[in-house]
Amino acid sequence: MRYLPHTKDDIQQMLDTIGVKNLDDLFASIPGELRAKRELDLPHALTEPQLDREMRRLAFKNNVCATSFLGGGAYRHYVPSAVTELAGRAEFVTPYTPYQPEVSQGTLQALFEYQSMISRITAMDVTNASNYDGATGMAEACLMAKRIGRKRNTVLICDTVHPEWREVTQTTLKSTGMNLVEIPHAGGRLNRSNLNEALNDNVAAIVVGYPNTFGIVEDFADVAQAAHDKGALVIVCVPEPLALGLFEAPGNFGADIVVGEGLSFGLHTTYGGPTLGLFSTQQKFVRQMPGRVAGRTTDADGREGYVLTLSTREQHIRREKATSNICSNQALCATSCAIYLSLLGKEGFTKLARLNAARAQYAKNLLAKIDGVKVAFDAPTFNEFVIELPKPTDDVLHVLANDMMYGGIALNRWYPEMKNHLLVCVTELNTKEEIDMLVEKLIPLLCKEG
Amino acid sequence: MNYPDDRKYSKDHEWIMVDGKTVTVGVTEYAAEQLGDIVYVELPQHGEDFAQGETFGVLESVKAVSDCFAPISGTIAETNDSLSNSPEVINEDAHGEGWMIKINVSDPRELEELLDHDAYEEFVKEETS
Repeated sequence: MRYLPHTKDDIQQMLDTIGVKNLDDLFASIPGELRAKRELDLPHALTEPQLDREMRRLAFKNNVCATSFLGGGAYRHYVPSAVTELAGRAEFVTPYTPYQPEVSQGTLQALFEYQSMISRITAMDVTNASNYDGATGMAEACLMAKRIGRKRNTVLICDTVHPEWREVTQTTLKSTGMNLVEIPHAGGRLNRSNLNEALNDNVAAIVVGYPNTFGIVEDFADVAQAAHDKGALVIVCVPEPLALGLFEAPGNFGADIVVGEGLSFGLHTTYGGPTLGLFSTQQKFVRQMPGRVAGRTTDADGREGYVLTLSTREQHIRREKATSNICSNQALCATSCAIYLSLLGKEGFTKLARLNAARAQYAKNLLAKIDGVKVAFDAPTFNEFVIELPKPTDDVLHVLANDMMYGGIALNRWYPEMKNHLLVCVTELNTKEEIDMLVEKLIPLLCKEG
Repeated sequence: MNYPDDRKYSKDHEWIMVDGKTVTVGVTEYAAEQLGDIVYVELPQHGEDFAQGETFGVLESVKAVSDCFAPISGTIAETNDSLSNSPEVINEDAHGEGWMIKINVSDPRELEELLDHDAYEEFVKEETS
């Protein structure tokens, strides 16, 4: 893409056109005391070689060569170059709110395909054209449950749902008068008896993690049944949607709303994003769903075409009665996601999920054999799991990091009582050699003395 | 347009048919025509309480969304659930089959504030002129 600044001639031509002599006159309406009387304090322009050198210097500050076993909500997956190339086309990248059907059939169709693919993966009826990220999607899902549940005012949430997602939801719900009640886990899974005690006619929704923050994938069919018996909804939060290539889709065990983080599907983890909020629900709730939806229709001549649909729920028509304050989406990320998923295909999606699970299982087995290390929870996991070390995790990770290896996430960051717990993520990008190396580096670190 | 004289009207373009302590509420033909083709109707639940002027439901047409305001305080006794599958009935028969809700009135004095059919017709004329 080209970024060309205005030349002096450009500027003069624009000034002439609107009949202003110079830039000072153009800004005359701004009171003098509010205007800077000096040049901006910026470094001098660099030559191309100087700039090139500076960018390299900055890039080398990133520890890009380190081996990473980090997950915890952002999962590294290979992004085929076709994704970057196609999604990088100017038609996708440069337009702003490109939703006029007369000129935006390509964008609208890409979003329609995205919605269709996410609906199939989650086994839900409808998917919106995306939210900002999984966390804000979860907050929106709680607000939606409140709209459906009307006078119901409480949301029950497992404490194994991503802690940062819970924080965002807490912030969002603060001014709504809704209560967010946390249900503690038992052995890494949702504690059913605690849930049943808390479940009453005031509960709008139960929020579960799938997989949860410990990487555990549990069957929530019984929870959905219990929720529905009490007239509450089930919101399933999926931080790593690749897991749905291997485990049952939430729509098949009774989910009413599925929210997810689409970062895994064709986006890079650089700076932890950009992120992509997946948001799906059942047809009967579609009018309460936040965000925009691209739909397929036919024009006056019977030709197939794509338009935004159900816009009457949105702010530009419904104003303060809109279903949501969301007034944008992650169109470019959703487009990348659609390209990525179409490249993988149905079989490739399943294969990749199996590969992730197999690599992670290999790592889990090897790590569990280290003296003093044990698998923290006896439960099925996908590409992430928790091990308990014989000493504080922070100390161990520090040594590994100095040795160009990010060994995982110290769970005491979110669960203070878990000082010795390590959350390890293994994707298809982690080779067998890398896993073996992690084990080799850990063994001497975890020996008795220390 | 014809506004039957067997009922009352509100300035929010609703008609109110009184039957003892219960009133039936719908939107007027004028309102239905202004909205255009109605594609979705959101109704309250039985037993919900509304004060006069509160939003009890929503009418959505192909071009606009409008709130429906309770013309009178009370409790929802019945809703016209067939509207969810065939909202077009409001366009076809606003003053009859297109009724929306029945309210058990909590304060009958509020009925006196409503317009009769002549006053409503006059009100519409003023609005459109």
